[in-house]
Formats: sequence, structure tokens, C-alpha cells
Amino acid sequence: MSDHEYVPKSKFGKWFNDRLPLLSLASHLTDYPTPKNLNYWWTFGGILTFCLITQIVTGLTLAMHYIAHADLAFESVEHIMRDVNYGWLIRYIHSNGASMFFLAVYIHIFRSLFYGSYKSPREIIWIIGIIIYLLMMAAAFMGYVLPWGQMSFWGATVITNLFSAIPFVGEGIVNWLWGGYSVDNPTLTRFFTLHYLIPFLILGLVVLHIWALHVPGNNNPVGIDIKKPSKDTVPFHPYIVIKDGFALLMFMIVFAFFVFYSPNILGHADNYIEANPMVTPAHIVPEWYLLPFYAILRSVPDKLLGVIAMLSAIFILAALPWLDTSKIRSAVFRPLYKQFYWIIVADVLILGYVGAMPAEGLYLLVARVATAYYFIHFLIILPVLGYKEKTIPVPLSITEPVLGGFPNPSTVKKKESIN
Amino acid sequence: MSEKKVERRDFLFTASYAVGAVGVGAVIWPLVDQMNPDASVKALASTEVDISSVEPGKSITVLWRGKPVFIKRRTQEEIDEARAVKLEELKHPETDEERAKNPEWLVMLGVCTHLGCVPLNDKGDYNGWFCPCHGSHYDTSGRIRKGPAPTNMEVPRYEFVNSNTIKIG
Repeated sequence: MSDHEYVPKSKFGKWFNDRLPLLSLASHLTDYPTPKNLNYWWTFGGILTFCLITQIVTGLTLAMHYIAHADLAFESVEHIMRDVNYGWLIRYIHSNGASMFFLAVYIHIFRSLFYGSYKSPREIIWIIGIIIYLLMMAAAFMGYVLPWGQMSFWGATVITNLFSAIPFVGEGIVNWLWGGYSVDNPTLTRFFTLHYLIPFLILGLVVLHIWALHVPGNNNPVGIDIKKPSKDTVPFHPYIVIKDGFALLMFMIVFAFFVFYSPNILGHADNYIEANPMVTPAHIVPEWYLLPFYAILRSVPDKLLGVIAMLSAIFILAALPWLDTSKIRSAVFRPLYKQFYWIIVADVLILGYVGAMPAEGLYLLVARVATAYYFIHFLIILPVLGYKEKTIPVPLSITEPVLGGFPNPSTVKKKESIN
Repeated sequence: MSEKKVERRDFLFTASYAVGAVGVGAVIWPLVDQMNPDASVKALASTEVDISSVEPGKSITVLWRGKPVFIKRRTQEEIDEARAVKLEELKHPETDEERAKNPEWLVMLGVCTHLGCVPLNDKGDYNGWFCPCHGSHYDTSGRIRKGPAPTNMEVPRYEFVNSNTIKIG
């Protein structure tokens, strides 16, 4: 793991490091050679770590006041909002923090799509990332159930019912998930337990995600392999630390805007009505970050196939390193991919929009076209593009286009093998 | 691959793995099964409902096992409409006679078979129920006619205890 042998200066440090090499780890992290051309899209990894820690800290403090019981949950959330010191602040940070977490993760994922960060040798980093994303969705969904409002209850009902689409065993699975014959107290208590557990699973996966990243090192906007350390790299500390810190401050301004000026804008008013199993709200919509997948679910007129389409839309991402056949990573050197990239970005945004609208008429038609395109992009366009596209020659090193020279032997070899 | 003689050690390995697997299974099963509906949930198996105050054309909704149950006193037109439908027109073919033994009273789970929302009464293209979540239309017999739901609304087990009382479950 370490790139050079680190020897602590102090005697005690050396004694300690020989027994537990924490100082070697710290040295590896500070000296970690990072491509010097990383742009601000690369700061979202740090921002996401901040989001995770924020959610864990605010979540722990909320759990000191929240009561996971069908009769008391709604009241205890209002108790947090009105009586607990700064309870309103902690809860608003936690609920908006979920949205900020997803905002950051979507930027992080789309950065990876643009610069080809998921490609060899970074497939494992990417797949761990997709698992983290799935766990985030599970945590967010279960967290949304905890206030036990109308949207909580009916969101839980609709999502758990997705499993009833499984032939033969579906109903048994749903009753097992509920611990009863409908969403009720047993469902709430287990969702609270899992909601508490998942962030720590994510934390563990984040460690693996970063570990796997530190093996090949960061991808970069040019998308070429670089020699480490070299003129193409800078040490992580202080260069990247300062850049990440500045981006984090900018991000926190946006975060604070939501928390202090429009804390409920991303939620639904219906969730301030206590859960009522007799009445379904007229218009059920999931939280904004799940809307594209919800649109895919609704665009298929068959129940089982709808569920399959929705799940495939997520799992297809795990296969992306093999679906994208192009050897060039960065879209900067892929003129056609660059255009398809922006089309798929627009496609996902359109899916998100129609997911929030009623599933009828023109909205339904648009949802169907956008769903079809989503799968065409990943299953047809990407595999074919790798063979057909005429790419722009990539530079030999990050420094070369600016200063000339310093070709990197491994890149030269790779280029020859491509041509 | 060369011929390999089965030895005592191979038998011991296989036997150890098998016993180990049984042990792991025996430990995991209670941890999985604890999530299934418990005894107190199962105990709430039946509910008795007084239906004497329901006017023709009106319906009431009661809670049974945490789920809404629609009890609808149908008008003659609604019954006729339900019985006139041909089976070929139905996505999930069931006659109205099978669903409502006493034609005046339709008793069914008020749960959309798509994803579990509660459909709205007297709405939709078939004068029955309409699910606001994903747009399933049900007829006056609670049968699915249009939309993503795969089956008709479920008829629970019920009986008339006397002319004014229905026991569900």
C-alpha cells in the first residue's frame, strides 16, 4: 500500500509504528500522489464523506429523542421539532442532508461517467460505489418511513409491495418484510433498526472504496495512466486537501440555504399528516432522488416487468465497465460519446421530471420513450460506440500538452497497442 | 486429472462441512423467522362488523388485519352492470356470482393489487373503484379492468353471522 518506506522521527513514534503502523497509513494518505489536473468535479468524494458523517452524527442525536412505535413516532418527531433544544435544526440537517447526499452522489457518478473512471483498472471501485448507492437508497427509503406520516406509510406500502410481484413466494416475502399483513408497528421498528445499521455498512464500504482507489490512484480529466509520483502528480496534502476544503465550503452554503431558508421544499406536505391506513394520499411520489427509477417502474404496464425494469436500470450500472468497450477513458477525447453523455444526462433528468407527474397521457408516453432510451444507451450505444468511434489522440502525459516532453512510457506503449 | 483414492480424511471433511452447514442453518433460521408475523398479529384474525346502517349504493370501510376492507351495499344497476360483463373481457376472469354470494353485498380488501394503495370509491372508467397511485380501474365487482394491477381486489373469507352482522376472517 505505501509507496515508500516511512520511518517516524520520534523514538516513541517508531516504537508505536512498529506495533501498529498507523503513522505509516497517515503518511501514505498525506503523501498520496494525486494527478495535478484534477478539477472541481473531483472534490465530491470528500464532500460525500462529509455528508455521511453529517448523517451519522445528526442521526445518532435524533435517535436519542425519537420513539420507534406506530402510536408515538409521529408525535416524537413533532416533539423533536418543538421541544428538544435545537431539535428542529438537527432534524432539518438530517432530512435535507439526505437530499444533499444524493445531490453529491449523482454529481460523483456522472463525473465518473464523463471521465470513464469506472474503466479498467478501477472496476472494483465502481462496483463498490454502486453497492454504496444501493445502500443509500435503502437507508433513505427507510428513514423516510420513520416520521410515520402519510407519505411515510404509503411510500413504505408501495415499495414493499414491489416484492409481491415475485411469482409464488411474493406474498410470503412481503408479509415477512412487514411482520404482519400490512405496514404496521413491526415494520416501523425493523426499519428503524436497519436505518440505524446501514450508515455503518456504508462507512465500511467507503473505506474499501478508498482503499481500492489508492491501488491504481485517481483517474483524471485527461483519463490517461500517469506515472506516480512524477511531474504529473502533487501530494494529496496540502494541495487536494485545500481544494476539497474550498469546494466543501461552497457545498455547505447550498446545504445551509436549504436547512435555514427552505427546509421543507424537498419534502411533501402530506407527511405532516399522521399515517392513516384507511386513506391513500391522492398523489404518491417518492423523494426526488428516486424519481427516475419510479418513472421507469410506472412506464411498464405489467407489474412484474415494471419491477424488473426498475431494478435492471440500477444493476445495469454495475456492468458498465464491460458494456463500455472504448479503450479511451475521458469523454474529452471521445467526440461522439461526449454527445451521448449529455443525452443520457438529459434522459435521466426527463425521467425524474415525469416520475413526479401523474402517469397518464403525454407524461406516460415521454416516460416510455425515456425508459427505452435509457436501456438503449447502456446496452446498444455504449458497446457499439467503442468499436465505431474515431477518438482524438490522447496526450502522452498531463504535462505534455502544456510543456511538451516527459512522455510516460506506459502510455506510449498503450497508445501503440491501440493504433 | 489423476485417479484419486477416497480416503478417511475426505469423508471427515465432507461430514464436517455437512454438520457445519446444518448448524449454520439452525442458527440463521430463528433470526430470519423472527421477522414473520408474530402470534399477537395472527391472533387478530377476525373482525365482526355491524352493517345495519349502510344504505344501498353506499359503502363502509373497516380495518381488518391492518388493511381496509370495503363493504359495499350495491344498487340493482351496479349488480346488473357487474353481472353483464363477459368473462372474455376480463384480465382476471371471475364471475360476479363467485365474488359476491349475496349480490347486494360486496366484501373485499380495499387494497389495490398493484402496489397496495387504497382505491377510491365511485371513480374510474367502470363506475367502481380507481386507484390514485398508478391508475388502475376496477368495476362494480372490484375486478381489474384497466391499468397495471394484475388481479381483482381480493375477497377475504367472510360470513353473515346474522342479517346485520358480517364476520370477516
